[in-house]
Amino acid sequence: MLARIRSQLVYRTSFALNAVGSFLTGLLEFVEIYVLLAASPIYGGMTLPEATMVFALASISFGLADMVFGQMDSLPSFIKQGQLESYLTKPLPLVPQMITSTVQLRRLARVLFGVIALVVSLQFLDLGWSWAHAGIIAGAVLFGTAIFSSMFVLAGGCQFWLLNGTEFTNAFVYGGKYIAQVPGTVLLTPIRVFFTFVIPATVTAYLPTLILLDKPGPPLLPQVLAWAAPIFAVWSWVLALVVWRAGVRKYTGAGG
Amino acid sequence: MTIIETEDLSREFIVRRKTGRFSRTKQVVAAVDRISCTVSEGESVGYIGANGAGKSTTIKMITGILVPSSGRVTTCGLHPVEQRKALARQIGVVFGQRTQLWWDLPLRESFTILGAIHRLGRQAASDRIDQLIAELDLEGFLDTPVRQLSLGQRMRGEVAAALVHRPRLLILDEPTIGLDMISKERLRQFLLTERAERGTTLLLTTHDMGDIERLCERVLVVDRGRIVHDGPLAELRRTVALDRTVVIDYADPQPPHDIADTERVGYEVDGLRQSYRFHPERTTAAKVLAEASRLGEVRDLTLREPAIEDIVRTLYGRAR
Repeated sequence: MLARIRSQLVYRTSFALNAVGSFLTGLLEFVEIYVLLAASPIYGGMTLPEATMVFALASISFGLADMVFGQMDSLPSFIKQGQLESYLTKPLPLVPQMITSTVQLRRLARVLFGVIALVVSLQFLDLGWSWAHAGIIAGAVLFGTAIFSSMFVLAGGCQFWLLNGTEFTNAFVYGGKYIAQVPGTVLLTPIRVFFTFVIPATVTAYLPTLILLDKPGPPLLPQVLAWAAPIFAVWSWVLALVVWRAGVRKYTGAGG
Repeated sequence: MTIIETEDLSREFIVRRKTGRFSRTKQVVAAVDRISCTVSEGESVGYIGANGAGKSTTIKMITGILVPSSGRVTTCGLHPVEQRKALARQIGVVFGQRTQLWWDLPLRESFTILGAIHRLGRQAASDRIDQLIAELDLEGFLDTPVRQLSLGQRMRGEVAAALVHRPRLLILDEPTIGLDMISKERLRQFLLTERAERGTTLLLTTHDMGDIERLCERVLVVDRGRIVHDGPLAELRRTVALDRTVVIDYADPQPPHDIADTERVGYEVDGLRQSYRFHPERTTAAKVLAEASRLGEVRDLTLREPAIEDIVRTLYGRAR
């Protein structure tokens, strides 16, 4: 495990460039929200610091999940290079073998950007320090990371059927990330429902923010749902693992 | 003790073909067609056949990568797909065309990781790894990342990686493909030693008759998913001509020369080029060359080995 991490640090320049790139991507996505809110002071019922908090929580969780589970959705290249077959001849389950094949440290840069955005938004919001707030933020990151991680596993599982189906899975992985980063109110109701009850993206950042700010939330997405985050996390993992296992069975059944 | 047992093992693939603008037809192709065979512990079996004959598919079913369409396969007494992880502890697999080492890591670290994956225990793992390093002569490039190794070095690394956990059965899918003569010979020598010392069962597919002759006691020949020959190497030798042909180019035109223990099979361009067929047990290419050099100035020489495809064709002709 340590060896994998060290192997990335071998190329310092490339590592630094990648990390800067990740950081800039986060910044650019934030600029989008900033521009919207600079034009109109309220976006989805939230002010700029409030929306920033949603963005920050989503970024941190997505960054952590991407760092560990990010290569799950590059399953087709594992298949093409024959890696998957070689994993099948090892006495370990596939998922741990795939996620440890590379841990993308550079994605920490994205987490770093999220942390900065979170600290800044907390400064502006002036919520005051309390253990309850700290606990909610920690819980949001924990369950948010779990939910985003399961989305990567789900994406990998789907690709057993859709070889080169990254376009499709990106729609819910990166679409989910995008949706998680914006206030839930701005979403059309069907999208809001899908990305809460099927793929629980809004649970990762918007709902915990509602608790922190003590806001009610839009129809079908009440603040109280935030407390169900562990249930959403379990649900999304169940969904992901069912699809993944079916995918593996399909692979061994149909052959590469 | 039986180590591999298959009974009517079959595997079909569905190939969809475009037949019109919108219509597609399904076609069922049998990659492996009712193969029944038994391999006992300690045997060394060569599994040969032309490209697409079903070799890799069979190996994937034996190792638990693919589920058979019908029939039964038992490897080391286990069901390969359902007991995949238990089986993985008892077999070692090398795919010649793909790597199972970690691309960015040096071999030494790959071995350590494999030792941990197989839960070998620190001391047992490091003893075994040191032994493999010595026997396969890996010392010189242990700390180079795998992607920078030459093919020959990498293959030796792959074989070592497959043997870290002392498997009972070693499966090699075209282990010598693309290797030069020296690397091939080194690898074969190691496999012979490993088998002699530990009695590891060996199953290998290859396109190289040299691998078969050096390593295998028994040969299975597969054609279009079916076994067309199963017997000891000696029997295959008797059934099929394993003769080699030396083509010698002389510097000047020569009269037809005869060389002891060979048969002259070609005389071209006024004797500038002459070919001799010989059986490797009766004489060697070196002797033929020495004799030819005595008769005239040799400019060039090529050695033709019997092709697996020719052997299969001969056997297939007989089987029908």
